Amino acid sequence: MNATAFDVAHMLAGSVVLVSFMMLYQDRLLALLNVFALHAALLSAAVAWQATIQGAPHLYVTAAIALFFKAMIIPAALHRIIRRLGIHREVEQVVGTGITMLAGMGLVALSISLMLNLTASADALAREDLAFALSVVLLGLLMMITRRNAVSQVVGFMSLENGLILAATGARGMPLVVEISVAFSVLIAFIVIGVFLFRIRERFDTVDDSALERFRGDVG
Amino acid sequence: MELIVALIVQGLQMLLVVAVAPLLVGLVRKLKARLMRRRGAPLIQPYRDILRLLRKEVVLADNASWLFRAVPYLVFAATWVAAALVPTFATGLHFSWTADLIAIVALLGSARFFLALAGMDVGTSFGGIGSSREMMIASMAEPAMLLAVFAMALVAGSTQLSTVAQFMASPHVGLRVSLGMALVALIIVAIAENARIPVDNPATHLELTMAHEAMVLEYSGRHLAMIELAAALKLVLYVSLIACVFFPWGIASGTGSAGAYGLGLLSYVVKLAVGGILLAVLESSIAKLRVFRVPHLLGTALMLGLLGTLLLFVSRGL
Repeated sequence: MNATAFDVAHMLAGSVVLVSFMMLYQDRLLALLNVFALHAALLSAAVAWQATIQGAPHLYVTAAIALFFKAMIIPAALHRIIRRLGIHREVEQVVGTGITMLAGMGLVALSISLMLNLTASADALAREDLAFALSVVLLGLLMMITRRNAVSQVVGFMSLENGLILAATGARGMPLVVEISVAFSVLIAFIVIGVFLFRIRERFDTVDDSALERFRGDVG
Repeated sequence: MELIVALIVQGLQMLLVVAVAPLLVGLVRKLKARLMRRRGAPLIQPYRDILRLLRKEVVLADNASWLFRAVPYLVFAATWVAAALVPTFATGLHFSWTADLIAIVALLGSARFFLALAGMDVGTSFGGIGSSREMMIASMAEPAMLLAVFAMALVAGSTQLSTVAQFMASPHVGLRVSLGMALVALIIVAIAENARIPVDNPATHLELTMAHEAMVLEYSGRHLAMIELAAALKLVLYVSLIACVFFPWGIASGTGSAGAYGLGLLSYVVKLAVGGILLAVLESSIAKLRVFRVPHLLGTALMLGLLGTLLLFVSRGL
């Protein structure tokens, strides 16, 4: 494998991590959805590049699934949902952007150092890919716990799944059927969550999950 | 003989930065005026301003200490040394072994420290607020710059600017996402450090949100000339730094021939002009940020520098 091929793979996967940070920072819902679409598009480019340099044509299918479902269908559907919910102009109160960013940096450093130690014998491409995939997964989790709005939690969940796809492409020999079933289960999850959003909204007149805290039973 | 030529070329570079600095400021001002459909002052106006200030009498506040009088020269000297260390038309000049990126950051930091002290020296409220804001900006801009420097140094394997520039000009550098992040971080830092528009407005003395101009409000005469020249040098420094690291095309290396130096000089002038044009367009097209939004912008630079450095650890060659 020549150096440029590796550099391009590193650049695309690194850009996916960067866009994860943009999602952490973005507090407007519509802009967040656009950033999410960009995330998925970059992911699909990264997967397609991996398919080229690994010579694994089935990864093109994965890239196409990512591009079609994650970068087009799901953002468009989320657009519709937040318009129907009437929250498309809302600016979310993100708690402590600076601290969240620093925590995110810590997670990236953690996953990189973890992968450097664990995969010392693997080849450089797989190491790089796994380290970035783990960072994207952890950043998705971070996004889910720092947001109050259910829609942005869904976006966090979806970006976490993007990280899983990135990991799957790095691990050679992952059968296509696994990836397709993961993609479809995410789609099903998305539909269930979409229905759920409307139910939450019907009950509590908001999709801010701080409204649910009252029902946890541990406060007062 | 070779030593003499090397010293002369090095001396030429030192003189070049200080000679070209007011011209760059004049270019940016002229272009901004033209973009606002004003005629604008001629390109050489900053030279005239500095000459006029040098002739004028210095007015000092009664309670100004010796520090207040020494600071303009300190600031000018530190900034000039830092600016002269950055490769402009050639790398590998005689003193290029001193051109360490961290040393440049330290020189700029000490200049800023003394200027902030002088801002508070006389005890006017404007000076104090300017100093405090400058320090707030610096506390974010300096780490961001250092992190961008680390990203460049990790790629090039050296913090010596001349080596970095030579490495960036060679085909070994490849396609690095970290360098892109470092470039964006450095541009943001350059805008903040030079008190340019999204952070500070260089064209006014009468705005409550100003930072740099408030600090130097008490200066006059030759002291002000030194400070203005230092500010112009700082702008040249950042443009040359970005040009020599990220766009090293045409730069002469080592003991080149006169032709190579001429080509390097030509490309350097073109790069400075392009930098000035881009800066003027940027400044004319966006509004100034609120002071309390500035940390967000600089936080972006800090984050990009840090991420760029982190991503390098799983890249080729490390």
